This record gives sequence, structure tokens and C-alpha cells, in this order.
Amino acid sequence: MISVKNLSKYYGTVQALDRITFNVGNGEILGLLGPNGAGKSTTMRILTCYLPPTSGAININGMDILENPVKIKRLMGYLPEFAPLYTDMLVYDYLKFVATIRDLQPDKKERRITEMVEICGLKDVIHRPFRELSRGFKQRVGIAHALMSDPEILILDEPTSGLDPNQIMEIRSIIREIGKKKTIIFSTHILSEAEATCDRIVIIDRGKIVADGTSESIKASALGRHLFQMSLLDASFSDVKGYLGRIDGVDEIRRVAADSPDELKVQFICSNDNRKEIYSHVRKKDWFLIEFTKEKGSLESIFRELTVSDQSAVKGKNRTPTGRKP
Amino acid sequence: MTAKASVRIMKRELGFYFTSPIAYIVIVLFLIATGWSFFSVFFLHGRADLRDFFSLLPLILTFVIPAVTMRLFSEEFSGGSYEILLTFPVTTLDILMGKYLAATAFAVAMLVPTLSYPLFVDSLGELDWGPVLGGYLGTVFLVGQLCAVGLFASSLTKNQIVAFIVGIAICVVLTQVDQVLFLFPPFLADVFQFIGTHAHFGTIGKGIIDTRDLLYFISMSFVALYFTNLVIENKR
Repeated sequence: MISVKNLSKYYGTVQALDRITFNVGNGEILGLLGPNGAGKSTTMRILTCYLPPTSGAININGMDILENPVKIKRLMGYLPEFAPLYTDMLVYDYLKFVATIRDLQPDKKERRITEMVEICGLKDVIHRPFRELSRGFKQRVGIAHALMSDPEILILDEPTSGLDPNQIMEIRSIIREIGKKKTIIFSTHILSEAEATCDRIVIIDRGKIVADGTSESIKASALGRHLFQMSLLDASFSDVKGYLGRIDGVDEIRRVAADSPDELKVQFICSNDNRKEIYSHVRKKDWFLIEFTKEKGSLESIFRELTVSDQSAVKGKNRTPTGRKP
Repeated sequence: MTAKASVRIMKRELGFYFTSPIAYIVIVLFLIATGWSFFSVFFLHGRADLRDFFSLLPLILTFVIPAVTMRLFSEEFSGGSYEILLTFPVTTLDILMGKYLAATAFAVAMLVPTLSYPLFVDSLGELDWGPVLGGYLGTVFLVGQLCAVGLFASSLTKNQIVAFIVGIAICVVLTQVDQVLFLFPPFLADVFQFIGTHAHFGTIGKGIIDTRDLLYFISMSFVALYFTNLVIENKR
């Protein structure tokens, strides 16, 4: 059981984490989701006792991380963001060192290394120095390093980055397999991954938690809103925004990347389904409407909603289904 | 701190030394320098002792030891592996002691081939082994102190070259300050003479083993390691 309470972290005067609070139960797979620089890695580095927190308390299995760092580190396996490891070391030597420093019994060491090599598919590179490995193999050595001592808690910082799709599927299934018995916290910016693997998701943005729950509950809390997407020709964004933004129920209009240069693609965030009204407004203008769809409440759009800009992050947080509906 | 964890880290660091070419280059340079310092005057003086060898040794070590220690922390910082090291179930003190012991062990191993000099002298004439053994004992203590200083320099920066130069700068002050004592007012001169290694190393080199001198080396090493620990604690 991991409990994080009011955790803040400053790098000098820059605030990386702002009073984060969450819990992870035993055997739970928690996905930390957020854009780059949101504070995912910082949170993980504090959990692994690498960085000291500026304030706040973290309790793991009843032990405070500041009081019992070595005991806690013994419980954990950690895959850092850029598996940097030791460039001159051979993969085998490195795994052996990890096994030794993690207190594996001498007679079990070899067996465990062989097991890890098998699980992570390292057979071909075992006698190569680390610096010669490709990004994907480095990542796999990092995963082997994290799993080596069969730890109770696994902390994986973007475990699938740099891997090809087959390997990603493999790693996800490994995570799910291990997650049946172990507690796993892993970070990612790939939403489908979090959705597919995690029991629970915490979305972090700019050092703050903006959502916490299962992917279903996060989606449900966002259901009070309607997202529409519209593609227009011969229209300028400022006109569209000025004209359609006045319609009752339209909270925000955002421009999104279009398929061709003369096309304008915009996204509407509305508090009720007012497509009829929007369409009748569009008809009064000289714009060509080529597409008008309702977006399903995917985690992607919620994630964007919560993390894209200052404004939307604030809006997204305040907008609960009960609060919105008149 | 646990001895087990320190020894594991020491073993790995020693493994690094003996698999990287830099270590062998350092050993070769050290042996060339000591060999030259020994043989260049040996036949001129015609004395069956190692006084000239030991008198130049501190200066040679001043340049060699920082080369041995420069990578110990700098490399970890620049490669990002420090993060991994700290997430193993070890303390910063384990890491520090492991690295310190590895550097000292490597430097002492580097001295082993120089034992051929006294053996060579002994075959030519009557060698008094007392001062030689004293000299080697003093050298081991001196190496321990300079390694601690070099480790401190390495903990300050992620750049190995900077660590090397800072290490040399501090080591030069320690080993050579006795050469410039005349620059200081008398009361300061005494202090600097005490801080410098020369007097202490010289006494042991004469075969006089005084606990004050041993205590000097041990406490100087301790101070350097203490500050190194402060630095690496704060580097997190």
C-alpha cells in the first residue's frame, strides 16, 4: 500500500509538484498519465527515494520513505525514464551486478538471470556492451533490471517507449501478468496504453492531479460535455470563433489540425447538444461544410481537455456532470 | 552503511578499472614516471637506497591519483546512472565507501610493480629494508588521502576533466605546500607545514612510525570523505 500525501517538489524556485495526494492499493496497477513535463517522472523519482520531497509525506507498507529508504528500495523495482545504465558494461555483467546488489541468493542468481533474459528477449545481446544496443534493447535491459529481484512494487517510467508494436504488446502483457500479484505504478503519455493496462488512472498536469479514477469513471465524469468536430472550407478561424462562439451552450471553440491546408477543422465543447443551432448558423454564412461529427467521449479527448491549456484545465476540473446540467 | 553493500560496489568499480583502457594508460604512465625518477639518479648517486624514488613519489601521485578518481562520480552524474545507483537498496555512504575502497585498492595495486626497484637495489648492494617498508607504508596512507581528495573533486562536477584539474589543484597544495613555506608568516608556516603531507610522509619514510602521522593521514582522508558525502547527499 502506497500513500502519497500533499507531496510538493521544487527544483530551486520552479515548482514541479503541487500538493499531490493519491493512494495505490496492493496489487493495483496505477497509470500516471500526463503530458511531458507534467511531473510524472518527478513523482516516480521521489517514490523510489532518489529525490527528496520538498514537503509532504509518502508512506509505503507502513514505512516513511525518509526514515526507511533502504528497506523501501528493497521492495521496489524501478525502470527510469532513459534506461541510462552503464555504457561500458556487458549486459550479462550488468544483470549480474543487479542481482548481487539486490541481495539475490548466490545459487538463485544464475537461474533468475536466465529467466530475465528469456522474458525480456535478451538472448542475442547478452554479451554485448550496453552502449551498442538499440533503444528497444536498452529498454528491455532496463525492464529486466527492474524485475530482477521480483519486487513487490514496480515503478516503471514509460516502459514501452522506444519499443516496436510487438514488443509493446509483450511488455503490456508482462505488466498485466505481474500486476495480478504486484503493485505497479507506471507512467505513460499513451492513453490507449493506460486504458488497456491500468486498474486506475491518475492524470497529472503541471504538477497537479486533474483526474483520478478508473478510465470509465473519468469518462463518465466528462460526459456532461458534448464534443463536436466540424470541417469547413473558405472560412477563417477568427470568423468562426467570433460568429459561432456566441451561440448559447458553446463553451469553447478550438482549432485542431486539418487534413489539407485550405480546410479549417474546429472542435466545439458544448454544455448541451446544440448541433441543430450550430448548423443553422453555418448555413447563413458562405462556408462549405464538409464534415460535422459528434466525438465519442474517448480518454484522448478528455486528456486533451484536461491538459491542453490553462483555461481548459481549470474548466475541465470544475465541470462535473451534476454541476453542469441545469 | 553496510560493509556488504560497500564491498559489492567496490568490486564493480574495480571491474570497471580493469576493463577500461584508461586504467592501463594511467598505470603505464605511473610506472614510466616512477621508473624515471628512480633510475635517472640511481647510478649517479651510487647509493643502495630508494630515497630519490620516495622523494618524488608524492609529486607523481599528485597527478596520477586524480586521473584514477576523476571518473568515479563525474561519470555517474553525466551518464545519469547515479539515479539507478541510488535506487538500489544502498545508502550514499555505501556508494562512497565502495568507490573510495576501489580507488585506493587500484592505486595500491599500481604500486606493486615498483617493488621491483628495491629488489633490484638489493641485488646490487646492501639495502636497508626498514626505510623501504616505511616508505611503502607511508605511500599507502598518502594514496588513501589523495584518493579521498580526488573523490571529493569528482563529486563536485559532471565533467571528468574539471574533476581531474580540481583534484590536481588540491593535491598539489597538500603535497607541495612545504616548498613555499617561506612565503608565509611564521605562525602560519607551522600550520601549513602540518597540513602538508611532506613532513608526515617524510617521517614514516625514515622508518619512524609515529601515531601522530598516521592519525594525520586518517583524519585528512576522513575530512575529505565527509565533505564528499555532504556533496553527493545534496546532489540528489
